[in-house]
Amino acid sequence: MAEQVIPGWKKWLEASGDQVVFLSGFFRNLFRGGFEWSEFVRQCYEIGYKSFMLVGTTAFIMGLVLALQLRPTLVDFGALSMLPKTLAVSIVREIGPVITAIICAGKIASGIGAELGSMKVTEQIDAMEVSGANPVQYLVVTRVLATTFMVPLLTLLGDVLGLIGGFLAINITSHVSALLYFHKCIASIGFVDFLPAFIKTIFFGFIIGFVGCYKGYNSNRGTESVGLAANLAVVTASLWIFVIDAIVVQISSLLFYH
Amino acid sequence: MEETDKHIAHKSKSSASKGETVIHIKGLKKSFGSKDVLKDINLDVKRGENVVVLGKSGQGKSVTIQCIVGMLVPDGGSLTVFGDEVADMSERQLKELRIKIGFLFQSGALYDSMTVRENLEFPLTRVLKLKDQGEIDQRVEEVLDGVGLLDAIDKMPSDLSGGMRKRVGLARTLIVKPEIMLYDEPTTGLDPITSREISELILQMQKKYKTTSIIITHDIECARIVADRVVIMGDGTYVAEGSFDEMEKSKEQFVRSFFN
Repeated sequence: MAEQVIPGWKKWLEASGDQVVFLSGFFRNLFRGGFEWSEFVRQCYEIGYKSFMLVGTTAFIMGLVLALQLRPTLVDFGALSMLPKTLAVSIVREIGPVITAIICAGKIASGIGAELGSMKVTEQIDAMEVSGANPVQYLVVTRVLATTFMVPLLTLLGDVLGLIGGFLAINITSHVSALLYFHKCIASIGFVDFLPAFIKTIFFGFIIGFVGCYKGYNSNRGTESVGLAANLAVVTASLWIFVIDAIVVQISSLLFYH
Repeated sequence: MEETDKHIAHKSKSSASKGETVIHIKGLKKSFGSKDVLKDINLDVKRGENVVVLGKSGQGKSVTIQCIVGMLVPDGGSLTVFGDEVADMSERQLKELRIKIGFLFQSGALYDSMTVRENLEFPLTRVLKLKDQGEIDQRVEEVLDGVGLLDAIDKMPSDLSGGMRKRVGLARTLIVKPEIMLYDEPTTGLDPITSREISELILQMQKKYKTTSIIITHDIECARIVADRVVIMGDGTYVAEGSFDEMEKSKEQFVRSFFN
């Protein structure tokens, strides 16, 4: 039993150490001169624009379903007028950021993991390194910054489309004017609802890019490892999203809600 | 072809007697886990010399050249390039060394999200930090013309054959005008005709750019064409060395077995 546990812990500690080294490499190269602007813009386009439809559609459906599910309960309590507020707060505080981040983990972290994993297997990263170029600056810094920048923007988009979905759901069964609905939504969202939620999306974006890059960059040789890197990137990033969410909600509860 | 044959004939008469030693390896050791891959590697490579390393698969031929370029850190021994110990180099010194060393990977290792032109521009803009687009274009076209692939300048790597990828890989390596070239099995996976073309190209480029080369290969025809000196590797050490003709006629059965 002890023999089985100790190598597992040793492996976990080694992996943690590797991640710390990779993270320090990221920050070292972030503040080094020669930022790859063109690659950063290309990654923003790849990550942001190409995830736009997926995130938008998912958020719209989530808002619609949430409104349909909430309605009967609120009717039972005679609180149907609270529906826009309940929708707005739940979407802005929790559902929008987390759903967007999970969608991005599935699409972007796996994409980065597979791309860098494939580059590792086909010796492209080694070729960059031995040529004297800086693969961390070109491949890792640009991708991590692009996800850190684009995931909050995608979340804002998801929030808006989620609220539009909710508006549509309300208007299936009754009639509420768009002006009244959105006025009630906006009036119910305060600074303490928006700011912590927005800040956590920055961390979500960072972890999605970082985990994708780490898993891809450190994948083993062999085609099997490309799929494994993509898979591990999604699983690890998704897990980290929930961990960060729990921490940020706890901190923001202590700071803002008491 | 005629020129290549003349070169081979010339080499058989006079083995390498070139200039200063640019790569000096003494007692090099490298292990992976419990497996001792390099046990005692000793090699001197002189400026302008083409050294071919022959050996069975898994003997650590590629490990040696990966140590030269600083991709792997040796466990023991000494490895100096241009007189400086590679293992003691700082990150900046290693980067400067790598600019002087070209490394051609077995697969060509072209960046598959970039066109041929962008692949060749990459080391110019990221390593040499060239800004003048006119100079960049001129160097890209010149080196591509040298490997006979100017027509493929705007193609993606996925549109190229195996031989073309190796040529573009060679062009991308040569574009920064390295002083040393390390070839990791440059003809593996190619048909005999393309293999010979690549071998002849290596020779032409060596003459044009006056590089010092170490070529890791299993391809005896490639070795015959390009080698000034052949080194045979066995059991983690270099067991024999000499000209191609000397090795081919060696009394050692193990050495001769590579040529049969």
